[in-house]
Order: sequence, then C-alpha cells, then structure tokens
Amino acid sequence: MIKALRSLGSRGIDTIWRGGAMARFFWMVLMSSGISFRRFRLTIREIYFAGVMSLVIIMVSGLFVGMVLGLQGFETLQKYGAQETMGVLVALSLVRELGPVVSALLFASRAGSAITAEIGLMKATEQLKAMDMMAIDPIARVVAPRFWAGVISMPLLAALFSAMGIFGGYIVGVALIDIDPGVFWSNMQAAVDFRYDVLNGFVKSFVFGVAVSIIATFEGFDADPTAEGVSRATTRTVVTAALTVLLLDLILTAFMLRGIH
Amino acid sequence: MVEIDNVDFAYGKRAILKGISLNVPKGKVVAIMGGSGCGKTTLLRLIGGQLIASKGRVLVGGQDVGTLDAEAMYAMRRKMGMLFQFGALFTDMSVFDNVAFQLREHTDLPEEMIRDLVLMKLDAVGLRGTAKLFPAELSGGMARRVALARAVALDPMLIMYDEPFAGLDPISLAVVGQTIRRLNDALGATSILVTHDVVESLQIVDYLYFVSGGKIVGHGTPDEIRNSEEPFIRQFVRAELDGPTPFHYPAGDYANELGLSPAALRAK
Repeated sequence: MIKALRSLGSRGIDTIWRGGAMARFFWMVLMSSGISFRRFRLTIREIYFAGVMSLVIIMVSGLFVGMVLGLQGFETLQKYGAQETMGVLVALSLVRELGPVVSALLFASRAGSAITAEIGLMKATEQLKAMDMMAIDPIARVVAPRFWAGVISMPLLAALFSAMGIFGGYIVGVALIDIDPGVFWSNMQAAVDFRYDVLNGFVKSFVFGVAVSIIATFEGFDADPTAEGVSRATTRTVVTAALTVLLLDLILTAFMLRGIH
Repeated sequence: MVEIDNVDFAYGKRAILKGISLNVPKGKVVAIMGGSGCGKTTLLRLIGGQLIASKGRVLVGGQDVGTLDAEAMYAMRRKMGMLFQFGALFTDMSVFDNVAFQLREHTDLPEEMIRDLVLMKLDAVGLRGTAKLFPAELSGGMARRVALARAVALDPMLIMYDEPFAGLDPISLAVVGQTIRRLNDALGATSILVTHDVVESLQIVDYLYFVSGGKIVGHGTPDEIRNSEEPFIRQFVRAELDGPTPFHYPAGDYANELGLSPAALRAK
C-alpha cells in the first residue's frame, strides 16, 4: 500500500516537474525566436517538412471524414425532413470541432512524432552539443524554427481539412443523394458565422498548433540520448499531444459557447 | 593557453575529478590519457564551458571559464574547435554544408568566399572530393576527418579532440593523427587530445598527462613517458592486465556469492 502511494506520489511530482520544465522551455523558445523570423528560410524549410509533408494525410482524412459526416447526417436529418440542411451540419461540425481537433491529432502523429525523433536523434548523436560548442544556440537554431513551423502550419492544415471535409459532404449530398447544390451551399452560407464559427475554429487550431509543437520539441530536446530514450519520447509526444489537444478543446469550447449566448 | 588549477568536479555525489591541475602551453599538442570513465571527457567539457567545476579554476586564454556569462562563453567558444568522438556531423547536411555551417552562422562572408574556404579546409584533410556527399555515405575515418575540417573552419586558437582515434582502422588512425599534428602547426593553434590510444599519441603529441581515479598520476614528454617506471603509466603504456588499475571491478566475496563459502555450505 505504502509502495503504491509512494509510486503515485513520485509520478505526480514527476508530472509537475515536467510541466514546469516544459513551461521554462516554452519561455526559452519564445526568447530565442528572433532567428526564426530574421532568417525566415529556416522556418520555411521546417514548414515544408512539418506542413507540406502532412498535406496528403490531412486532405485525404478530411475528405473521408466529410463524406462520413454527410452520410450519417443525412440518415438522421431525413427522419425530420431536414435533409437539405446536411451541408450546414457538415460545415459546422468541421469548422467548429472536427477540423481543428482531428487535424491537430493527425499533425501530432505525423509531424509531431517526426520532430521529436529528429531532435532526439540529434541529441543522441551529439549534434546539439556540437552546435552549442560552435557558439550556436540549439534552441534558437534547431528548436525555434520547428516550433514556429508547427504553429504556422496547424491553422492552414485545419482549414484545408475543413475545406476537404465540406467537399466530401458535397460529393455525398449533391452527387450521391441528389440534394440541390444551390440549397446545399446557401443553407451553409446562411448558417456558418465567420466570427463565431470560422474565427473560433482558427483560434482553436492556433492554440493546438502551439501545444503540439511545444510538446514535440520539448520531448525531443529532453529525450534520453539513446535509441530507447528517443523511442519513448516519440510515444510520449503522441500521447501527451493527443490528450492536451482534447483537454484544450474542452476548455476552449466552453469559453467560446459562453460567448454565443 | 589552458590552465586547470586544482579543479574538483562531481556528477551528483559521484566525484569524477579531485584536485586536478594541468597546463597546456600555446602552440603545443597535449594528450590527456587514462582508462575509460576516468574523467577525460569531463575535463574537455570543463575547458569548453559545458560543465562548471565545483572547485578550482579553468582558465582559457586567461579567462576564467566558470565566471563567464552566456554571451562571453559563446564569444570564447568561437575561438575554439571541437572534434566529437563520432564526429557529430549534421546528418541532414552535405559535407560541404557541414564545414560551411559555422562560416555561414558567424560571418557575413559572401557565398563564393565561403565556397573557397570550405574547399581549402576539406583539401587540408584530403577530402575535397567528398564535398557533395552526405555523412551517411562516409566511412568512420572520413567522417572524423570531415568533422576535423569543420572544427577548424574558423581557424580556432584552441582545438579539442574527444577520442579522435576510437574505432578507426590503422590507416585511418595514422591519417587522422598526422592531420591533427599538421593542422595544429599550420594554424599555429593549441590542441588537446583526450584519448587512450598510446601508440599514436606518443608519435604526434608534445606532452602527455595521465589521469586515473580523478587525479593526474603522471605527465611528461613522449620520451619521458616511454621510459617511465611510474606503475600506472607502465601498466597503461605496456597494456599490462593487472597493476594499479585492477582487472576486477570491486565486488563482494566470490565464493560467498556463488554460495560456496564455508558458512553457506554448513547451512546447506
């Protein structure tokens, strides 16, 4: 019993310690971000690896999620004779929730894990130490461009996810189920509000971008410099980022819904 | 150039260095030798400012490394070059970009000039032809030489080598050894080698220090070391199995651990 309590306490302290270390790391990244904007090509290069290389998984997933939403929505809405509003259901679901959340989860698995593994391996092979000995700050040169690449890519990927999802809903609704395209688009236009839906979705994806990017870079930078350590850090990135995104989504949604009423 | 004065260092409660003092004069190639885990690399990290001594002073070019702030530390490191044990080349960059890295980061030189400088450094280590290759395409010895070219890219006043001969075949080992000596003399730099390769070190260095148990246990010129009767140096240079460095790591009674002690046998 005592042993279990001690283990629980130790885990609790460790979690708090890691949270504090991550907050301190976040501050250091922000303070070292000048180079990421002064030499923007460094960030552009990382946007290519984190953002552009995630395009396929984001766009294909968005298309399928939108099509599934369309099918499920149609089945329920037609019971109430409201199948014409299927476009509204698809668009609101995607722009408010599924776009930012699912694309953040996919981004954490595809790009976040890659960022962690890359930084972790650079640490294991002493590349970060070598850089530090060359009087070049690895946080400014390696971490900050990757962090900002994630922050910039995330809202764009979420927007693309939503756009592809809406297109998927359109294929199902208009091409397969035969809803009138004019009705499909005009209902959607009337129901989706730029300030409360699109902008709030953008804010969410920006916050998720910050969270996923800082978790991915921190886990890589903090990884034990061994093959096993890098592997564990990569797993931690995906798990921690997924849980953080879902928790942040709950908090942000609560605040944003209160704003509506 | 480098003066280490009565330095202590510990990782937590584990003491690594105890009251170490040594001196590396300008223009010389000095080797710090000792068995694995004796604190040689820790000494290099203290000189480079990656670790700070818990007692004593580490002076580089007259500056006390332990008292420098981050900016002054980076200013000092710009005058240093370091070769890591396995090269630590940036794997996402070509050989050319690895050597050009510091020039691009620390200077405003035009790209044509950087190109010429990089090719000159690579030529000095005999690897101009590898400029377009990536680190994964190089052998261990070649990677070490590219890392050497990168370490001297800014013509440093102090070059540090962490186990430069580890894992090299005899030809690569001799090439790396001679390149270290040649570069030091050509650049008018000072070099510190941390190694346990006695044969190669005795051929290229001006002076040697031996570290054991966290202390300097002997030092001298290559000739003095070859003829030394100091027990640790004798054991190390002649690769004797037993001596001041025992073959066995400290452990409990062998018979007892196997359950063969008289008491254990009686109990059975």
